[in-house]
Amino acid sequence: MKAKVTLENTQTLEVEVMRKCSVEEVIKETPDTYTLMLKPLDKKEYNFVPGQFNMLYAFGVGEVPISLSGDPDEKRLIAHTVRIVGAVTNALVNTRKPGFIGLRGPFGNGWPLEKAKGKDVIIVAGGIGLAPLRPAIYYVLKHRKEYGKFFFLYGARTPNDLLYKKELKEWKSRFDMDTFITVDAGDEKWTGNVGVVTTLFKRIRLDPDNTYAFVCGPEIMMKFTVLELRNQGLTDDKIYISMERNMKCGMGLCGHCQFGPYFVCKDGPVFSMDQINRFFGRREV
Amino acid sequence: MSSQQKTYFALDAEMFGNIIDVLKDLGYTVYGPTERDGAIVYDVLDSAEQIARGLYDEQSPGRYKLVKKNDKRYFGYVVGPQSPKYVLYPPQHLLFKVRKDGKTFIPQSDGKKIAIVGLRPCDLKAIEILDNVLLKGPYKESVYEALRKDAVFIAVNCVEPGNNCFCTSMNTGPFAQSGYDICITEFLTDRSHVFILDVMTNRGAEVVNRLGCRNATAEELDAVSRLMEEAKNKVRKRLNTENLKDDLYKNIEHPNWNEVGNRCLACGNCTLVCPTCFCSSVFDKSSLSMDVAERWGLWDSCFSIDYSYIHGGSIRQSIMSRYRQWLMHKLATWVDQFGTFGCVGCGRCITWCPVGIDITEEANRVRG
Amino acid sequence: MARKIPKIAVYKFASCDGCQLSIVDLEDELLEIGQRFEIAYFMEVTRAVKKGPYDVGLVEGSISTPHDVELIKSIRKDCKKLVAIGACATAGGIQALRNWASVEEFSKYVYAKPEYIQTLEKSSPISEYVQVDLELRGCPVNKYQLLEVLSALLAGRKPNTPTYSVCMECKRKGNVCVTVAKGIPCLGPVVQAGCGALCPTYSRGCYGCFGPMESPNVKSLASKFIELGMDKKDIVLMFREFTGWSKEFREVDRLIEE
Repeated sequence: MKAKVTLENTQTLEVEVMRKCSVEEVIKETPDTYTLMLKPLDKKEYNFVPGQFNMLYAFGVGEVPISLSGDPDEKRLIAHTVRIVGAVTNALVNTRKPGFIGLRGPFGNGWPLEKAKGKDVIIVAGGIGLAPLRPAIYYVLKHRKEYGKFFFLYGARTPNDLLYKKELKEWKSRFDMDTFITVDAGDEKWTGNVGVVTTLFKRIRLDPDNTYAFVCGPEIMMKFTVLELRNQGLTDDKIYISMERNMKCGMGLCGHCQFGPYFVCKDGPVFSMDQINRFFGRREV
Repeated sequence: MSSQQKTYFALDAEMFGNIIDVLKDLGYTVYGPTERDGAIVYDVLDSAEQIARGLYDEQSPGRYKLVKKNDKRYFGYVVGPQSPKYVLYPPQHLLFKVRKDGKTFIPQSDGKKIAIVGLRPCDLKAIEILDNVLLKGPYKESVYEALRKDAVFIAVNCVEPGNNCFCTSMNTGPFAQSGYDICITEFLTDRSHVFILDVMTNRGAEVVNRLGCRNATAEELDAVSRLMEEAKNKVRKRLNTENLKDDLYKNIEHPNWNEVGNRCLACGNCTLVCPTCFCSSVFDKSSLSMDVAERWGLWDSCFSIDYSYIHGGSIRQSIMSRYRQWLMHKLATWVDQFGTFGCVGCGRCITWCPVGIDITEEANRVRG
Repeated sequence: MARKIPKIAVYKFASCDGCQLSIVDLEDELLEIGQRFEIAYFMEVTRAVKKGPYDVGLVEGSISTPHDVELIKSIRKDCKKLVAIGACATAGGIQALRNWASVEEFSKYVYAKPEYIQTLEKSSPISEYVQVDLELRGCPVNKYQLLEVLSALLAGRKPNTPTYSVCMECKRKGNVCVTVAKGIPCLGPVVQAGCGALCPTYSRGCYGCFGPMESPNVKSLASKFIELGMDKKDIVLMFREFTGWSKEFREVDRLIEE
């Protein structure tokens, strides 16, 4: 602890620990949430599957897990949607050239998009939980013919807190997907639904044997969404949720993200309900 | 040991110091058990003189005491507060440095080769478990790998198990089955004091060849077999592992969790003395000039509130839930993660818990 | 990119100046601190005072007079970030022992003309009167933790000042537990880390100058001390030292009787 932080007092080897990225664009989504478009300076292609995440490092400040929120077919710029909740996220959002962001990843599994082919898909998102689901939406829309019906339910606290307003508008206007958006509390300009996201379930009818559900949002929102899905007859093996725990290494080595027998960073973050129903929704597990 | 396909060697006790000298000659930094502040700890040894002799330990929940006896036994005690992870996965380690321009640097290995003398069978098993966790997954823990790779392990069978040992229940002792280069049984009677050496690896043979051993006699091997039988019966603490995992999963809401939560201090001692607890955290440091930053790895514990921190508050607020996380991990979820228990029955967590909480008792209460 | 140099102010209330001296004791870094920060108010070091507002205020000492109360309120207004440093500023300090007795009685014995003495009933931590952004514990504070706070301030990150027990640092250091091996009562299991397990490293029990850790189980540790043969009165006195007035240690007498 005592030694001064310098490059001199240890024998070191130059090794690439993380990929250095420049911030090419910062898109303000809501008052506290931004999408960062990162470009790896090594110019190597970057591949990920929807639902995975990266560890992003702000110089001298620290590292946090951030969902990949962009189009998986976009290989040049890597999109991350970051909500400012602390020092690291604040530093990430405020990084400008010549500053850099360090990137490790992608980590974790992803949404079972292959498995869901030929079936209906329902995507339910709460708040910033839409970020890891947006790549899945892009994917389904790009391979639209390979899926059946496509439902998308999204809830946020207020109209101001809705992410990706441009896409939301586009998705609502499409005839090949059913998009429902709600807010917990509207404002004077809001003419849409008001209520938590689970209130939208009365608007849809799912085909229980033939539907895969992907859910991401606050744990309490996921808990009640799972109940609604079960009400509509979906079995736990068709309900997938993305869990959040304290991910520090991303590699299953530091132990912090354990959830029952799983390391959320490497076994998840996406789990089917039948994998985790023994633990999900229990206090302090 | 009755199988005679292998050759067992015998080394006169007074020659034991040669092991340390030979290891040093072969370029190893030798760690071994030595007395410090009233306990047996692992420390760097310059000579066998530093190995504690004639010392015996008395262990009970929350209590450890060294007793001096009037004999020359080297290994009269069992495990102390430190486990081999102290040597192989240091409590605090520099992971990398970053320059303002984004160039990253990792510490260069100093090429140190480690030998640990006096490892107990439970600790060998613990190293095997750590290998599973830190080296056999999709990613490797590089700090551990570098120190572990060329390490030599000279194990010692436990002929005098301690009161908190329950290795027979976890199938890890009191005799080493695997994972050692050389395994020693100390044999002390009124008439003789010898070490019987069992050599497992080429690296072990390299050491033994330089020691000037003779072959062990059939008589000595018989005596060792008898010692083993006796020692097994001396392990009194038990944990029934049959259906243990399922029993614990079923009882995740058992009232005893609250009861033990009232006694638990959440101080983290059990996790840091545990030879298999591998959780680590990282912290970032920066220079005042902001030219260079560093990341350090640091042993962490599931008993701290920050361990389960996510935005909006830690998941495990109550001490009860942190104890439950720990015990469930050791005896249930570990099995699903890595195929074995995360407990080797060394009893350290029982001895070094300031309030003497006993994992075997708590597991039984929760099942009952 | 030219950074704005942050302005620091260092204040003192009822205390021994030891924490301020810990800043001065950062000998190796002092020159650089002088370059990276503008020391705008630090009476222990210089009489030159620069006007506020300040980016960060380090406050030593406890609040014990009506004048202190007014002063700390104006300091809070002057400082963007307020850091309470040391046992006095974070728990009321050793002088908070008087919180269990009559301050009038004490005044009578100590001062020839007690009627001139204006004092509060209790010696209190800074946080009792104003919002505190960060607390650095210890009697005195650990100078490396101070340095960490200053470095973190420059980097815009959260300082790495753990809230877990002293035992964590003690075990990482490879110390042998004094309670388990020698039966010495030690407050380590309920006290916050940060000192580097200083006392146990020298084979004595922790006396708690860093105050309570994040979830101190005072009752369970007190039962252990009873088991070690201490009587209840001594246990209460052990908790009531430098950080005895902290919320969690204050009620040790009641917890023991439960």
